[in-house]
Amino acid sequence: MFLGRVVGRVVSTVKDPGLTAQRLLIVQPLKPDLAATGKQIVVLDAVGAGANELIYWCRGKESSFPFLPDEVPSDGTIVGIVDELHLER
Amino acid sequence: MILARVVGTVVATRKDPRLEGFKLLVVKPVTPDGKDESGYVIAIDTVSAGSQETVIVVSGSSARMAEGCKDKPVDASIVGIVDTVSLK
Repeated sequence: MFLGRVVGRVVSTVKDPGLTAQRLLIVQPLKPDLAATGKQIVVLDAVGAGANELIYWCRGKESSFPFLPDEVPSDGTIVGIVDELHLER
Repeated sequence: MILARVVGTVVATRKDPRLEGFKLLVVKPVTPDGKDESGYVIAIDTVSAGSQETVIVVSGSSARMAEGCKDKPVDASIVGIVDTVSLK
């Protein structure tokens, strides 16, 4: 799983039926020191994350598992909201 | 998932039989603010996207979870047409 920050949202009307009622958010992946790294991506939200929140997200087939038994075509999903982050320097 | 813009179509006569009847589109990844990124992806279209439309592309094994793509040799599917993108 990876750290990220919610930086935006996507609105789509015509979409796969599996994505109905799902929130599509734009996430900027972060390094543990919270510096931005990599491209911004579109992910689904399984936990109700809000704008500018620090979250962790997973990628790959596993990102459809939070929605089981629904088969949701997702390759990136927010699975947690970060409260605190401790980093050994 | 990534945002991408439809830039072309692919026509293939000889192909895996499981891909018959599907539309193949060439998409170019874009940033959320609309700038082109490098590279191209060929994706199966499950939502009838049109030329120059911004779409959502799901890749990897999750692409097979799109409508009608079960057990098909697909690693990129177009699963949504973008209406708006808002950035903070």
